[in-house]
Amino acid sequence: MDGPDVVWYLCVAAFLFFTGSLGVLIRRSPLIVLLSLELMLNGANLALIAFARFHGRGDGQIFALTVMAVAASEVVVGLGLIVAMSRRKLDLDVDKLRTLRG
Amino acid sequence: MILAADAGNVLVWVVWVVAAFACLGTGIAVVSFSNPFYSALSLIGNLASLAVLYLLLAAEFVAAAQVLVYAGAVMVMFLFVIAYLGGHADTPWAGGPSWQALGAVAASAALLVEVIVVIGLKTGGRLSHAPATDYFFGSPATIGQLFLTDHLLAFEITSIVLLIAAVGGVILGSHSREVDGRA
Repeated sequence: MDGPDVVWYLCVAAFLFFTGSLGVLIRRSPLIVLLSLELMLNGANLALIAFARFHGRGDGQIFALTVMAVAASEVVVGLGLIVAMSRRKLDLDVDKLRTLRG
Repeated sequence: MILAADAGNVLVWVVWVVAAFACLGTGIAVVSFSNPFYSALSLIGNLASLAVLYLLLAAEFVAAAQVLVYAGAVMVMFLFVIAYLGGHADTPWAGGPSWQALGAVAASAALLVEVIVVIGLKTGGRLSHAPATDYFFGSPATIGQLFLTDHLLAFEITSIVLLIAAVGGVILGSHSREVDGRA
């Protein structure tokens, strides 16, 4: 296998997951929380595809494609929630959503 | 012959380093921009550099799907919603670091260190002998065959998840009379 070993891809994946989790925990805008969630999913995807290459089997790539579909549906629901929030004149700040009264 | 192989190896390393650092840099940019519009634009760069890494890992179809589905469809939806909402800039670092931010940094850093240590300790050296793959590894034909034979259940469940998400999006986005009455 030309180029770097799988270990280096795993390090990049771990760092992506770290960056994404930092964004999810620190940022207050729900839009950026969703974007950081995408970063975390992409870190997991990179690890899956690196291991698929390492084992020489395509199953990890199948799993990565499934994760992509789940991420797309998660974005649809998340953005729908954010638009519904803004339509009800709620603040776009996840720290202010403390009560779940509907 | 050996010289040509070395040149190819160096080229792959150069591409990997550029793509990996673009990936990490745009990832940090996504988290640190205060305007969500710029964050979304950096995420597009992140997805593109990840597609390059997928290509280096012989996952051609996943790389193409990444660019088409993520950068093409999901990010357009993101940018549309951000433009619709006006992109409120929030200031994440205003007023000095709070205990919450410090805790978040500590938790995430603990996660990162744990993963790196486990990779270093438990796998050391064993992950370096990847088998040679044939021409068809990661091609659409192979992926499609796997999806329709070994992983048929995952394929069907994925379609149901997408359907439910579409229905949920319509319900969340529709003007129901009840919501308008209360708003």
